[in-house]
Amino acid sequence: MTRPSRPGAAAGSGDDPPERPLPGTPAPPPHAPPGTGRLRGDTPFPRAARAALGDHTLRDNLRRATGTIRARRLAATRELPDWERLRDAGAALKSEALDRLPELLPQLEAAFTGRGGTVHWARDAAEANAIVTRLVRETGSEEVVKVKSMATQEIGLNEHLARQGITAYETDLAELIVQLSGDRPSHILVPAIHRNREEIRGILRDGIPDADPRLGSDPAELAAAARAHLRERFLTVPVAVSGANFGIAETGTLCVVESEGNGRMCLTLPRTLITVMGIEKVVPLHRDLEVFLQLLPRSATGERMNPYTSLWTGVTPGDGPQEVHLVLLDNGRTAALADPLGRGALGCIRCSACLNVCPVYERVGGHAYGSTYPGPIGAVLSPYLAGMHATGDDPNRTLPYASTLCGACLDACPVRIDLPAMLVDLRRRHTEEAGRTPEALAMRTAGAVMRRPRLYTAAQRTAARLARAAARREGRITRLPPPLAGWTEARDAPVPARDAFRSWFASPEGAAAMRAAAREGERRRAAHEGPGGGAPADGHDRREEER
Amino acid sequence: MSGPTAREAVLGRIRDALALAPPGRQPVPRAYRTGRTLPDDERLALFTGRLADYRAGVRVCTAAATAEAVAGALDAHGARRVGVPPGLDPAWLERFGGEVLVDSAAVSPRMLDGLDAVVTASAAACAETGTVLLDGSPDQGRRALSLVPDVHVLVVGLSTVAAGVPEALALLVPGRPTTLVSGPSATSDIELERVEGVHGPRVLEVVLRTDA
Ligand code: SF4
Repeated sequence: MTRPSRPGAAAGSGDDPPERPLPGTPAPPPHAPPGTGRLRGDTPFPRAARAALGDHTLRDNLRRATGTIRARRLAATRELPDWERLRDAGAALKSEALDRLPELLPQLEAAFTGRGGTVHWARDAAEANAIVTRLVRETGSEEVVKVKSMATQEIGLNEHLARQGITAYETDLAELIVQLSGDRPSHILVPAIHRNREEIRGILRDGIPDADPRLGSDPAELAAAARAHLRERFLTVPVAVSGANFGIAETGTLCVVESEGNGRMCLTLPRTLITVMGIEKVVPLHRDLEVFLQLLPRSATGERMNPYTSLWTGVTPGDGPQEVHLVLLDNGRTAALADPLGRGALGCIRCSACLNVCPVYERVGGHAYGSTYPGPIGAVLSPYLAGMHATGDDPNRTLPYASTLCGACLDACPVRIDLPAMLVDLRRRHTEEAGRTPEALAMRTAGAVMRRPRLYTAAQRTAARLARAAARREGRITRLPPPLAGWTEARDAPVPARDAFRSWFASPEGAAAMRAAAREGERRRAAHEGPGGGAPADGHDRREEER
Repeated sequence: MSGPTAREAVLGRIRDALALAPPGRQPVPRAYRTGRTLPDDERLALFTGRLADYRAGVRVCTAAATAEAVAGALDAHGARRVGVPPGLDPAWLERFGGEVLVDSAAVSPRMLDGLDAVVTASAAACAETGTVLLDGSPDQGRRALSLVPDVHVLVVGLSTVAAGVPEALALLVPGRPTTLVSGPSATSDIELERVEGVHGPRVLEVVLRTDA
């Protein structure tokens, strides 16, 4: 399908870009092609969210975990008097790096190559998977050990390797839990955040060969079981696959930030190391680490510093892998780059703070978002990378509605990514695509309503009127428009199953539920904290100007 | 295969993207704290406090008492077979009664796995975060050595302990294989509860020499 081109239209809204209008004029870069990897789910957010809301164990696990991590993050960020200035620097550095990609990527390539590494380029997931498969094959190994990496999840590398007869062992504890249980990650930092210790005990006991049947549920005992299980793999598997948190153009140095030491094992013991890195992970200078190594650990786990950070530059004779590869991945990143607003999402350092503060994420968990990237960042990144209309009923078009637009994510983001503005813009695009249908009208209204609880009471009346009018024009009230239904169903309120969004929206219960959700977001934003944390207002994290 | 064509394609897309949405370049404001210095006693208190928060062991001593502190740390964990990098000052192990293996290319990861502990020096440290930096110098050894054994005794000179992260990173030589260590290996993957000891050394003992 080809649509008329307008500036920045390719990213976020369409599937394939229009043809180059004139020779020599820039063509909008393509989105990540559908079919390979995981940048969209199979189910629209509303339906997936409703299923998640019915799972009380999941909700308890998430509430406890995100509450803990929010409190820890606040303590760690308040400790630094220059936190806001670090955020300013981090945001500016990311933006500078994106602007300078045409020069920084070749610089990184030259420096990495100059130190004995090999650089590969991949337009999309399929190409990256093929490169990694070929490199593994060349080693003769049928096994690889893996460091947790979002990029390789995004491209579906493990599944691809499995089809090629290569076994990939995830070595991060949470990834191991997810892999052993045939599950999917639900959080970008703690992929098994939806599991409690009792569930984890069962998974490890059943999934690890020779596991002690009396394995207890004490976290230390569970961690020890994983250590024993993976040690032999680290000592014997000759190939590792990793991602990278940062790639330094100036020196060709790659950086992995981790906790358990599984990363160090993979980066150090195998003969061959293959790193898959999104092109947006490049930073200009070695010195820039001084910013990101303060922002990332404090925002991610709320630690002053994560236990281990590894830096390597090509090959070091006598130390670590003697064959090192770097696969630079596009997969829709250039489509996001072509969007003046969406480009900002490429600055994400994957700290997960926006997930942990999001009232919607806390209720529905990560699986509901379908994509590898859940939460507020996922709700924008997945559409920007992969589009919203690539398939007939693309679940990605519902993602921009998976938010109350409370702004807590923007306040938390260490690199100040304006996620609410992007969510609003993606909603606008979606309604433009949808035209003047009842769905579009109702959703446009919903977008405005959720923005400010103060406006809520008045707006909901208007919305109900609009919806009724739209329905009248259609001659009948049809079934729920999915994104709106999604939002309402994502609330913790009795929602009639069919056809009732509009009346529910206008009802006292509907009004109360939406007001409560939006207020909670507002409160969390004002206090910079969620329910249960009880932290006082943050002295230095001021909310941004009204949007 | 996918080499030059994919490279040209991706770089071409980037140029197109930037032409469609031209960047508004702004200078990077580096107004955060850099170049901080702190008196010895403050750095010592800060650094040892942070290490204690990570549940790392700390032994503060003078340079002359290094061997005693190292032996104390090893004995406390019952270490009998200890690995050291080739450039480590042998005097540091003088008080240790067990077996010392000097690392070399002939030592396999499995042999490292058979060691009880490893003793290394360090390149620099950061007081504010309780981080020790290793850069593969001869007294620190290759990365596998300080990773595989379950106990890591790290000798740090107070003069190399910088105040904050920018100051500590400035002491690094870019391009060397570098590891930043902040406490023993840990995970928060189970209910966000921090548990020390997964794949890296489960015990970290820092010997901090006040006059080195
Ligand atoms: S968008 Fe910001 S807060 Fe969310 S994961 Fe990325 S860097 Fe962290």
